[in-house]
Amino acid sequence: MKRAVFANRWLPYLLVLPQVLVTVVFFFWPAAKSLYLSVFKSPPFGGRDLFVGLDNFTALVVSPEYYDSVVSSFVFAGGVTGLSVVGGLVVAALANQKIRGLTFYRTALLWPYGIAPAIAGIIFLFIFHPAYGILPYFLSFVTAYEFNWLLRGWIAMALVITATAWTHLGYNIAFFLAGLQAIPGSVIEAASVDGAGPVRRFTAIVLPLISPVTFYLVVVNMVFAFFGSFQMIHAVTQGGPGHSTEIMVYKLWKDGFIGLDLGSSAAQSVILMAMVVGLTVLQFRFAEKKVTY
Amino acid sequence: MSTLAREGALARPARMVVAERRRRPFPWGSLTVHGLLLLAVAVIAFPLYYAFVISTQEVSEVIQKPPRLLPSVHLVENYYEAWQRSGMGRLLLNSMIVAVGVAVGKISISMLSAFAIVYFQFRGRQLVFWMIFITLMLPIPVRILPTYEVIGNLGWLNTYAGLTVPLMASATATFLFRQFYLTIPNELVEAAQLDGAGPLRFLWSILMPLSWANVAALFVVLFIYGWNEYLWPLLITDTEEMRTVVIGLESLIPRSGTELPTWNYIMAGAMMALLPPVAVILFMQRWFVRGLIESEK
Repeated sequence: MKRAVFANRWLPYLLVLPQVLVTVVFFFWPAAKSLYLSVFKSPPFGGRDLFVGLDNFTALVVSPEYYDSVVSSFVFAGGVTGLSVVGGLVVAALANQKIRGLTFYRTALLWPYGIAPAIAGIIFLFIFHPAYGILPYFLSFVTAYEFNWLLRGWIAMALVITATAWTHLGYNIAFFLAGLQAIPGSVIEAASVDGAGPVRRFTAIVLPLISPVTFYLVVVNMVFAFFGSFQMIHAVTQGGPGHSTEIMVYKLWKDGFIGLDLGSSAAQSVILMAMVVGLTVLQFRFAEKKVTY
Repeated sequence: MSTLAREGALARPARMVVAERRRRPFPWGSLTVHGLLLLAVAVIAFPLYYAFVISTQEVSEVIQKPPRLLPSVHLVENYYEAWQRSGMGRLLLNSMIVAVGVAVGKISISMLSAFAIVYFQFRGRQLVFWMIFITLMLPIPVRILPTYEVIGNLGWLNTYAGLTVPLMASATATFLFRQFYLTIPNELVEAAQLDGAGPLRFLWSILMPLSWANVAALFVVLFIYGWNEYLWPLLITDTEEMRTVVIGLESLIPRSGTELPTWNYIMAGAMMALLPPVAVILFMQRWFVRGLIESEK
């Protein structure tokens, strides 16, 4: 902080008041209440809360359904992150080849980011539709395998992963392009003078130099897949078939708002809170290095 | 002397041309790159193209085999029907109010708090800074039930206030403005003070005009965030009049097997719902990219 030039007793408090009010009323109080609820059992139709200690947590830990939702979340987040970060890097590296039309390509690749995951999901739902979809139709010429996401969990998972990665690819491309363009041309030239070919230049010089961007994007994509993808599941698969796409945020919503199991839902919130704190700390410890190359 | 000079003048470009030619005889490399990039563009554009194609067909065309990949002639009637069935006018209006409200609200309160943090010394400044930072770690899912309860107690269910105000805290926007204010030379504020400007005058007449680029960049990013928010409006609205378009579209989807597969209406609705944010990205691309990258620093 470099300065504090205005002296005024109450004005600074008035200026931060709106932000602080929103923060306390809609963030801190509810988060504290989540922590509180997670150690109580609340009867769904009224009555006094019953302190149960860590029972809600132990119930989750031993529940195979919760275990499944954790696995689904990691499969989903890993799939989305892998697909959109690797895809974003490849496309950004291509677009960075000193060719004309960079702005055109960036625009032409970025716009799906504006589409809500739920709407992207609905579009992909039709592409994957077992009866009318174009993808099962063309696959039926190649294989007799029944490509029906309503019956097969892994296809439903592929559907939501593809649709999510589709909306998020442009974000990654934008960040990779910014990172790639920040690499001084002289570094690459020096390497080519030393006889490094394009592939070697990319793996030995470009990749290490943009590794902070890559790391940042991995974290952001994971956070997005874990916490921003409720809508994809809710609008498309509703957790099914079975529980195969029931990721943690969806299960927590379902248990809380449909199942009315407040204690368990709050405990799931607390577990997610721990995860997002971990991911945010990771991201910010790295953020300082991000701008130094 | 003069001939030498001329020779030199002539020889150099000639040599350069030769060298240039030797290095790239024909731009195969760059053609390949363009080819691959265009392929990527086509792959990425296909789902949207396909959705558009479906939105122009009638049901018999939608379900025909092989799938028809070219637009048909039913665009107007499909969009009209989707508009009628979903109450699209109201949905779009609500989404617009929410997106603009959230964007303007976040920018305003973030600007004010960043101004206080940078330009004032006050007890609790550090605390405020950390409070704002911590909101980053509290996305809606981790406080979902109690936030719903708070909205209920405030009587904000099914209101625009409920749809927008709780989303207005923004660590990223506050940090962006703070970062920007710190780059503004002290001489500016000293000059303003010499001219007798108080803090609010300085904010309004000097800081805000200078922040315009940041405001535009943030607005684009936050508008898209607000437009596409889903979990929040799903929680706190349960009337047709208060739904936003991303939620309201669901009413077009046939869930039971006995309904007609009216995917043409669904896709027409989807096209109308995604057009505003995508148009904002396309027309404000420079601001959008800047907003994305700046706000994450």
